[in-house]
Amino acid sequence: MADQQKNYDHLVINTCVLAGTIMIESGSEMTRVNDTVLRIARNAGLKDANIYATLTGIIVSGGVDDVGAQVGSIDKRVLDMEKVAKVNELSREYAAKKIDIEQFYDDLKNIDRLVAMFPLWVQLLGAGLVSGSLVVVFQNNLPDFGITFLVGMIGWAVLYFLNIYVQIRFLSEFIAAMTVASLAILSVKYGFGIKADDIIIGSLMPLVPGIPLTNAVRDALSGNLISGPARGIEALISACALGFGVAIALHFF
Amino acid sequence: MTFFIIKCICVYLSGIGFGLIVNLPHRALNIAGINATIGWLVYYWIFSTWGGLGAPNFFGGLVIGILSVIIARWKKMPSILFDVPGLVPLVPGGQAYNSIKNFALGNYQVAFNYLSEVVWIAGSIALGFIVAELVNKIRQKIRRVQARN
Repeated sequence: MADQQKNYDHLVINTCVLAGTIMIESGSEMTRVNDTVLRIARNAGLKDANIYATLTGIIVSGGVDDVGAQVGSIDKRVLDMEKVAKVNELSREYAAKKIDIEQFYDDLKNIDRLVAMFPLWVQLLGAGLVSGSLVVVFQNNLPDFGITFLVGMIGWAVLYFLNIYVQIRFLSEFIAAMTVASLAILSVKYGFGIKADDIIIGSLMPLVPGIPLTNAVRDALSGNLISGPARGIEALISACALGFGVAIALHFF
Repeated sequence: MTFFIIKCICVYLSGIGFGLIVNLPHRALNIAGINATIGWLVYYWIFSTWGGLGAPNFFGGLVIGILSVIIARWKKMPSILFDVPGLVPLVPGGQAYNSIKNFALGNYQVAFNYLSEVVWIAGSIALGFIVAELVNKIRQKIRRVQARN
């Protein structure tokens, strides 16, 4: 009996750690992570559960004698909002007793299979839409919509493939920004575009670290003084990488 | 006027496009685009009546922050799904680029002017978000008091 309870508590804590890890990896803000994990633990009957989450690791303790705390480390961070939504949904279903803790843990383990990323061509289309339409919104420049759409798509493709094959952080942003700026200048030189500056501004927008920045502000304001500045520095370095990329392209062409 | 409508459509498209990049769930895409459009309309309206940099961005951020929490309650999804695409049209991309360009070209005076604009705009958006959070907390408290009575 005691053994069974211990196994159950272990499973609950493992579920909590896994849920928190997935949420932080996918780019959720910290208050939501703390809230969700504590809610799962309370719903499972661990009243005194506690959590300490940072950007690079998460510790969950059960608050009962025979199970200690579990640590999960977080090495990669990709933006995947659907995973955040999925963990949220699973936690709701668990709270409503629609699924039990084994099912919950199993679903979290297989979340990569349950939640599909958009295929590459849809992502490219999205990057193109962001680039093209923001040129119109920011710079009132309708004629450059098409070429910016194209350059933005190429920039995103460069980032995507470098992230898969090279896996050096910030280098992919740097090279993508350089490609975008060079293509923009060349396209104006050969008469496809009108204003190189506008094309660069638009095509860089999908690469700008928008979510890390908003999360940084939000984490810092909610009192998480470890994760907020850490995210801010991450966003700052990628913004600098983008800036250097553009600056080098501007020098060469 | 036609151009204004084109701009509205473009804001909507940019919200959806950003959603596609960050893998938003399918049923959140449309509403995120609409959220972006409403936030930008508020920004545009205040920009064309009062002008300036701070107030339009502040109110844009405020409206997006409040709306996305309301939508999140309604759709039963995390609110971050709706406010990030909403912020995309407000990001000071043009100023940030100009500041980097002028740094690269050696015009430090101009670059610092643009940089301070960027800081000012980003700060106002962040402040709008803080106030939105405050408004949401107050709404929660009112609801809790009402539920108790």
